[in-house]
Amino acid sequence: MDYTLKESPTLETQMLEVNLGPQHPSTHGVFQMNVTLDGETITRLKPVMGYLHRNHEKLAENMTYLGSMPFTDRLDYICSMTNNFAYALAVEKLANLEVPERAQYIRVIMAELTRLVNHILLVGFLLNDLGAFFTPVLYAFREREKILDLFEAISGSRMMCNYFRFGGVKVDVTSDFIPRVRQIINNFPKFLDELETLLSENEILMARCQNVGILPEELAINAGITGPMLRASGVPYDIRKVDGYSIYNRFKFRVPIGETGDVYDRYYIRILEMRESLKILDQAIKELPDGEFISKAGALGARSPRNFKAPKGDAYGRIEAPKGELGFYLVSDGTIKPYRYHVRSPSFINLTVLEDMCLGQKVADAIIILGSIDIVLGEVDR
Amino acid sequence: MIFGLGVLKGMMVTLKNFVLSYFTKERLTTVQYPEERIPEKERFRNFPFLIYDEKPEDLRCVSCDICAKECPPKCITIVRDSDEQGKPLKRPKVFDIDFSICMNCGICEEVCPFDAIFMDHEFELAEYGRFEDLNYHKDDLLKSNEYFAKIRPQDAARIDAKLREKAKLKETEIRGHNT
Repeated sequence: MDYTLKESPTLETQMLEVNLGPQHPSTHGVFQMNVTLDGETITRLKPVMGYLHRNHEKLAENMTYLGSMPFTDRLDYICSMTNNFAYALAVEKLANLEVPERAQYIRVIMAELTRLVNHILLVGFLLNDLGAFFTPVLYAFREREKILDLFEAISGSRMMCNYFRFGGVKVDVTSDFIPRVRQIINNFPKFLDELETLLSENEILMARCQNVGILPEELAINAGITGPMLRASGVPYDIRKVDGYSIYNRFKFRVPIGETGDVYDRYYIRILEMRESLKILDQAIKELPDGEFISKAGALGARSPRNFKAPKGDAYGRIEAPKGELGFYLVSDGTIKPYRYHVRSPSFINLTVLEDMCLGQKVADAIIILGSIDIVLGEVDR
Repeated sequence: MIFGLGVLKGMMVTLKNFVLSYFTKERLTTVQYPEERIPEKERFRNFPFLIYDEKPEDLRCVSCDICAKECPPKCITIVRDSDEQGKPLKRPKVFDIDFSICMNCGICEEVCPFDAIFMDHEFELAEYGRFEDLNYHKDDLLKSNEYFAKIRPQDAARIDAKLREKAKLKETEIRGHNT
């Protein structure tokens, strides 16, 4: 028997306004979406941000340059090492500081390990949003914990590393650093293979993700989207390649791009990027030279941050953070504090296309589209 | 490809993980926390403590106020001690660290020129009160050099050697003056 209506109903229907969040577990923090629904279809979506605003920029303007380094850890609290990296680059550009070779390599290794941590966590939580409740997340956590243990052994803290200093890093790596990184490089591909067997060909995942939340190439470029989201839409733009900051131009790696720019592409591009990160790690650990871990001037600055003055001028340091282009814009007036301090956070800018991707989709899809953007509210609200 | 094969393959992975988690150490990562503990890493940092050499009275801190100035969230309060005539002494009268504000960044340890403040490994510090209970005073913060050598043997050895060198240099200087 056919239960569907033969004719479309002539009933007057009303739009329904729903608040998703800020206390909703799928919003990855305190993020609110005001959604207008026509049945189950989204006709309007308004993001509401600012619940986690902590005045980061103004705090930094009233603090020494090094003083805001631990605060940058708390921007994107999953990848504190890359936040440190971008800030250190900006200040080094401003103050014309040299970074020793060994420190450069340590920095790159840390940044790539952070990329692994971030992407593996994103894949886990995206599956959580899809309804695969906590099995993929816990598999991801198990691997992530090994990297975080390494971070703890080197920097002293699992997540709030505060490891980079201007002109180098805080302390030299421990003696068992190289074998431990090697172990991660050897074991991680096995885990990735297992994860891909679990997920990549799963029919439910494909049905839920493919052709959902498509971000067209043109819109992605116009809206200033960066990182894996942009590359999933088919634009081969990676700041590691374009800018070649630090020593990234020495390593051989490829930039994976997607075809359609849907949620599935955004998921899969992260898997591919992790494999490329492992290649960079492999090359970096082979070439890791001996020497100083911090330059003389840098060590002096770390010892007495109150005497560290940057010359007048401005500088913009940017890196390819796991989420996109993370930039720090600093203006100095020659004193010990920055005159202006601005963060260009990838999560915030990537979030601006949320409405465009969600229009015409179902409510349940809005959750996974948000999950695939990969936001951390600490960075969005700052 | 047959529809549903991907799901079945995925389920095999979960089954493998479930079964193997009983046998292999690699997949059995849970630690039964209060009974079982992961060995602490030497560089692990939590909250700062003040160090003294022999007696708790002669602590290394000379109340120079550098850590209090450099501390990013400003959680350290130092008041310098003075004798009866009001002459300032090289020791703190008040040394408070508000653990509810401290963010474990370790900058105080890095900037201290006298190696008097270090990051501790103690982390079970729950209290009932929000304000006064977490505001640690000088007496709560004091810990011996032996304790420091126990939790961070490498750092302690390095710093002790440095301090001995300094003391020797000072001694020769004084002797040079006398002769």
